Amino acid sequence: MSTQGKVKGIIANLVTVEADGPVAQNEICYLQTRGTDLMAEVIKVNGANAFVQVFESTRGLKIGDSVRFTGHMLEVTLGPGILSKNYDGLQNDLDKMDGVFLKRGDYTNPLDDDTLWDFKPLAKSGDEVEAADWLGEVNENGKPHRIMVPFVFEGKYTVKSVVEAGEYKINDIIAVLVDANGKEHNVTMVQKWPVKKAITAYREKPRPFKLLETGVRTIDTINPIVEGGTGFIPGPFGTGKTVLQHAISKQAEADIVVIAACGERANEVVEIFTEFPELDDPHTGRKLMERTIIVANTSNMPVAAREASVYTAMTLSEYYRSMGLKVLMMADSTSRWAQALREMSNRLEELPGQDAFPMDLSAVIANFYARAGFVYLNNGESGSVTFIGTVSPAGGNLKEPVTESTKKVARCFYALQQSRADGKRYPAINPIESYSKYLEYPEFEEYIAKRIGDKWIASINELKTILLRGQEVSEQINILGDDGVPVEYHIRFWKSEVIDFVILQQDAFDKVDMNTPLERQEYMLNKVMGICHTDFQFESFNEVGSYFKRVINNLRQMNYSEFETDEFKKFEEELNQIINERKVA
Amino acid sequence: MATKAFQKIYTKVTQITKATCTLKAEGIGYDELAEINGRLAQVVKIIGDDVTLQVFGGTEGIPTNAEVTFLGKSPSLKVSDQLAGRFFNAFGDPIDGGPAIEGQEVAIGGPSVNPVRRKQPSELIATGIAGIDLNNTLVSGQKIPFFADPDQPFNQVMAMVALRAKADKIILGGMGLTNDDYLFFRNVFDNAGALDRIVSFVNTTENPPVERLLVPDMALTAAEYFAVEKNESVLVLLTDMTLYADALSIVSNRMDQIPSKDSMPGSLYSDLAKIYEKAVQFPSGGSITIIAVTTLSGGDITHAIPDNTGYITEGQLFLRRDSDVGKVIVDPFRSLSRLKQLVIGDKTREDHPQVMNAAIRLYADAASAKTKLENGFDLTEYDQRTLDFAKEYSNDLLAIDVNIGTTEMLDTGWKLLGRHFKPEEVGIKQELMNKYWPKEA
Repeated sequence: MSTQGKVKGIIANLVTVEADGPVAQNEICYLQTRGTDLMAEVIKVNGANAFVQVFESTRGLKIGDSVRFTGHMLEVTLGPGILSKNYDGLQNDLDKMDGVFLKRGDYTNPLDDDTLWDFKPLAKSGDEVEAADWLGEVNENGKPHRIMVPFVFEGKYTVKSVVEAGEYKINDIIAVLVDANGKEHNVTMVQKWPVKKAITAYREKPRPFKLLETGVRTIDTINPIVEGGTGFIPGPFGTGKTVLQHAISKQAEADIVVIAACGERANEVVEIFTEFPELDDPHTGRKLMERTIIVANTSNMPVAAREASVYTAMTLSEYYRSMGLKVLMMADSTSRWAQALREMSNRLEELPGQDAFPMDLSAVIANFYARAGFVYLNNGESGSVTFIGTVSPAGGNLKEPVTESTKKVARCFYALQQSRADGKRYPAINPIESYSKYLEYPEFEEYIAKRIGDKWIASINELKTILLRGQEVSEQINILGDDGVPVEYHIRFWKSEVIDFVILQQDAFDKVDMNTPLERQEYMLNKVMGICHTDFQFESFNEVGSYFKRVINNLRQMNYSEFETDEFKKFEEELNQIINERKVA
Repeated sequence: MATKAFQKIYTKVTQITKATCTLKAEGIGYDELAEINGRLAQVVKIIGDDVTLQVFGGTEGIPTNAEVTFLGKSPSLKVSDQLAGRFFNAFGDPIDGGPAIEGQEVAIGGPSVNPVRRKQPSELIATGIAGIDLNNTLVSGQKIPFFADPDQPFNQVMAMVALRAKADKIILGGMGLTNDDYLFFRNVFDNAGALDRIVSFVNTTENPPVERLLVPDMALTAAEYFAVEKNESVLVLLTDMTLYADALSIVSNRMDQIPSKDSMPGSLYSDLAKIYEKAVQFPSGGSITIIAVTTLSGGDITHAIPDNTGYITEGQLFLRRDSDVGKVIVDPFRSLSRLKQLVIGDKTREDHPQVMNAAIRLYADAASAKTKLENGFDLTEYDQRTLDFAKEYSNDLLAIDVNIGTTEMLDTGWKLLGRHFKPEEVGIKQELMNKYWPKEA
């Protein structure tokens, strides 16, 4: 008989429950009000009183209403059929809910029990296995979905039997394992795992080193992210966080993309629902939706489930990583999650930290980012979870607690800048303040030397120096006036503008320019660096700006044209002529 | 509301603050409404048998032996077609002398739309104002506020937008509206002969501030009735959301909550999102579009109210007085409509996105030229041209008194670009240049 309880106090979604038996921290319970069960999580216990955060509105809840504890933490259900699903923060399948409006207490099955999957065994009778080892696989939207030894299994097991290849439903028994004591355990294609615990069933987690292509030049070329890496994008509203996130999730060279829409606008999720089923995955030619999982807890959905939503998304990501897949997880935005923590901590009357956030905020964030990573599985294969979170700093001030805590743990920092956005210089990532720590990893240097060439990183560093010097000159011109500085200064400034307009800026709404494959990025970088290395001759500063505008215009037309087509070459030819006009022989 | 015979009357109030009362009562539901000496109140906290009520009208004069009855329901509104053309207070009671509304009683602040049941907004809302239609196009189902200082004519612009928008219903939620502004809206709608399309919920500065908290939910409940039941396109006007947020902070303060930034409650983001996210395009054709006003103090958008709003809404519209042309303009730098990408160049002519961006970029060049001028530097010939362009652009397109169709706006845009710039200076795709660049410029 599980623990029962009675409601004793209600303040918004914080409810005090008097329990008649043992209660665990983070245990899930259901509050029964007028025929509806409301899901809640224990967040504090004091004597017989459990303080629970309810994942729904508590309207109409009464003192004395009964409560049923479940004996487990918040769990997700893992198995084939997760891809292209739209979940809420608690992994309810949103498409299975009736009606236009969300109903309180409407919990739906995350998987489809009746779908038949074409199962192929990978393990055989007599094999010794442990948690996360592959027993078989099914084809899920063109990806090999491995059926694994459940993560909760501890120690070594021996495979007694695995079913033959054929069609099975997810709840069919596909293998029988025997533990060290000779006890038999049935395994189906479904398993459960508590979201707040990291899945660590892998052999080792080395430093990540492989480039993860995103097709966004200012990321791949300037501050690259790697498979299993972590990054974050802080920016005031209106600087293009969402457009950038969508671009990355469309184009990134990942097997699986998990999008956690955490406390953001519902219409942004609708954009994904509407567009992804139509758009092609640039890497496989299948539809984008087929590799995508959406966990949507938009800003008007229950606040407490917001926290759960990022954990749910991360657990799904780790599950696919264990199959040896490249997973990219995006969370928009981690600030909303932090705010949900703040609302709860406030109702619990905890002593607040900075800006009324809970004291352990930075530990919570660090712990979460640590779940990303590149891993070698027990069978020697590799898998990765790359995590990119956005941060919405209050008032655009990067000195606020969420940004600062995130900066300590994320290895890539993409600072969106208001003034760049105002000048329509999109993506508005400030190239000088942003960084990728991976550029300093010798492992990455070695990898990129093989992939592109050993001069690549030196080139990038030189480009950053040119940008920095361009910025310095621009400040000097602002103080001294156009004719207060030598003509060479103008040339220096305009060379940095060429980099800005041609490499950094990218039109996310143009069919061609939106996605630049690495080979093309390399070509354009060489082209632009060639111009930066060229000496030009001008009589006065008046000529410099208008000349470089022509150069930029031609390079941009190249960006808008399909790579290496006649059109592209025509603009390149024109560009070469323009360069020869002023080139010092 | 007359008390019914079987209702229990409590008369022992144990605690009174400026906005709340606490009493001993049993069997009370959370969020339930109560009446305390004839004033409406709502349950905000229950600990054992101590029930805390938030009294909307304030607690002045409430005695410890006040009569409290619980109504057994949360705040609600009777909805039907009879709402059209009527004026109500924050509780949904008529203030225009007309009869009470008959219809289905619906709890306000109802559930959210399932995101997978939403449709992507795609209907352009034409306002005739180029600062909006050209640079910050509005789309049905969008939520967008005016960020304006209190002295700017936001209510006038909003009324103009509402009347031109061709919505089936316009619902006005007035919070802390001065009586003069309330009468202004009434007159404008009346003169336009649009009164039968308008439903108004008004809390004026003469009413207690806490009552305002009910206004957005009342307005949106009425909006949902027309959008869901009647498949109508509904435009909701909320003015002024800053005063709404101020009322939130009053209540949270009285409830001893720890304030976060700018003494606003920590839940401000969620509280505002709950309102703004009611904007939606339903698959059945109905839609709710929200245009709100958030007044700023001295143009400061880093204050918690505009800051949180900006993260929730799909853009914002900034008004500014342009001293060069002596008109109020829609500021192209600070304004933004996030949904414009869904319609521009698609529902409007193909050159829309590029013309828009080119003109704004050159307007930005003019701004830097102006800074140069102010700092006493010589202007180049190009700088001079940008300044000439900026003046005409501001006067012919950005000013709020412009009222033309989008195609005409684009033609005007090309004309101005052609008059002041060389083809290579505008940075527009060659294909479009060939087609639209004015030949005899």
